[in-house]
Amino acid sequence: MCYSRRRSPWLFHMNGGSCNGCDIELIASLTPRYDAEQLGVRLEGSPRHADILCITGPVTHNAVNAIKTVYGQVCGPKAVVAIGSYPATTNVFIDSRTLDGPLNLHLPVDVFVPGCPPRPDAIIQGVAKAAAILAERAAKKLPANPVVMPLVGPPCNGACCAPTNKETTEVQS
Amino acid sequence: MNLITALARFLIFPGLLFAIPAAWFFLWVERKSVALMQGRIGPPFMQPFFDFIKLLGKSTPPRSGVGGLLMKLWPLIAVAAAASAVGLLPVWPSSGGFEGDLILLLALLELPSMCIIAAGFSSRSIFGEIGSAREAALSVSYNVVFLLAIVSIAASQHTFRLEALAQLPASPMHWIGLLAILVCLPAKLHINPFSLPNAEQEIYSGPMTEYAGPELAMWELSHGLEWVAATGLVATLAAPHLTLWWVAAIVFIALSFAVVLLLSAVAAATARLAIDTTVRFYWQCTLIFAVLAISSAIFMRHRS
Repeated sequence: MCYSRRRSPWLFHMNGGSCNGCDIELIASLTPRYDAEQLGVRLEGSPRHADILCITGPVTHNAVNAIKTVYGQVCGPKAVVAIGSYPATTNVFIDSRTLDGPLNLHLPVDVFVPGCPPRPDAIIQGVAKAAAILAERAAKKLPANPVVMPLVGPPCNGACCAPTNKETTEVQS
Repeated sequence: MNLITALARFLIFPGLLFAIPAAWFFLWVERKSVALMQGRIGPPFMQPFFDFIKLLGKSTPPRSGVGGLLMKLWPLIAVAAAASAVGLLPVWPSSGGFEGDLILLLALLELPSMCIIAAGFSSRSIFGEIGSAREAALSVSYNVVFLLAIVSIAASQHTFRLEALAQLPASPMHWIGLLAILVCLPAKLHINPFSLPNAEQEIYSGPMTEYAGPELAMWELSHGLEWVAATGLVATLAAPHLTLWWVAAIVFIALSFAVVLLLSAVAAATARLAIDTTVRFYWQCTLIFAVLAISSAIFMRHRS
């Protein structure tokens, strides 16, 4: 059972006010180049079928109730992956009056995948980590304990990557 | 067919004991071949098994009343019907059977899609209801062609007994009928280009939207068993008559496998059609062939 849970993570993708960059990267991780289906990953249409909730975006006022509802609709055992820097820290929109972020104020996030946007291989790594956490937690009935994934691949040419990583760790500590 | 052989066929071969691994294998072949055709590596061999076990271990939302009971019941009925349909297939050369078992097989093959329609409506989800309405429209369209094709084969061979149909030499009617059945199979199995009822992402998951955990596992299993039953029916009708039982079994499995590959190739190569296009396709384009097949079968029967 534990092994099956690890080998069959079904995702439900939810946009919490993202700029669509991370959403594109999540879809890119299912394409032939990255092929997340090798790990048994399937993008499901209904949150009822999913094991892992993938949330992008800085959690706007409009999105926060929807995110809570969808989290309630996912059947346990479940895990939450925050994709990108926005759900982790709200990134450049920090202290904006339109936001209710970051995400871990509302949901128990298991894995943070930093990056703006993160690379598809980082997302796959994060999902695999989340599946392992989910399986272990379901087997031992452990409480949620968030994990921050390291940055994968070459840094994107800009100021976003380095401070993002630092901010994420700060949020965690 | 006495009770013991009937039970042996339902429980062992080609029933549950053979059909459940075969269902997982066919689900894997479908996903893997689509992945290979798209230039991906695809899921590992045990993936449908992992999915099934994982779904069994998930919780389901609490449901009460008759609606909740029905939602638990529909997937079980679908699995039972699909497994019995597989059990009726005459894989052994002299496996028994009875007069009219083709009609029972058709009824059992139809039950899972009836269950899907009922399941969508009893889940009270708007997406489930849209999916069920689509499934109903689809079922009305392809079933006319499907049933006419099977009746034309049966009429040309003067029997409704599956084993007799499998043993008789093939006639031209037979092949036209088989072609018509093959055209209907993507709609029966809800794969592209006729994946309208469970249109992923478009209407969430259609009738399955509200299902979770073990119930969803049963739906996946019934889908796999439908694959085995439908491809097995084609393999039975297409296989040449063989006396050695193990050659017959190998030919049956090889032909089923070929049909799965063919359907997966069609699924990978096409996109989902709209519901009106699908209905028009079946009523306008393929119905002509089915009517031709059945009228020529009746004509030949009168001449002989």
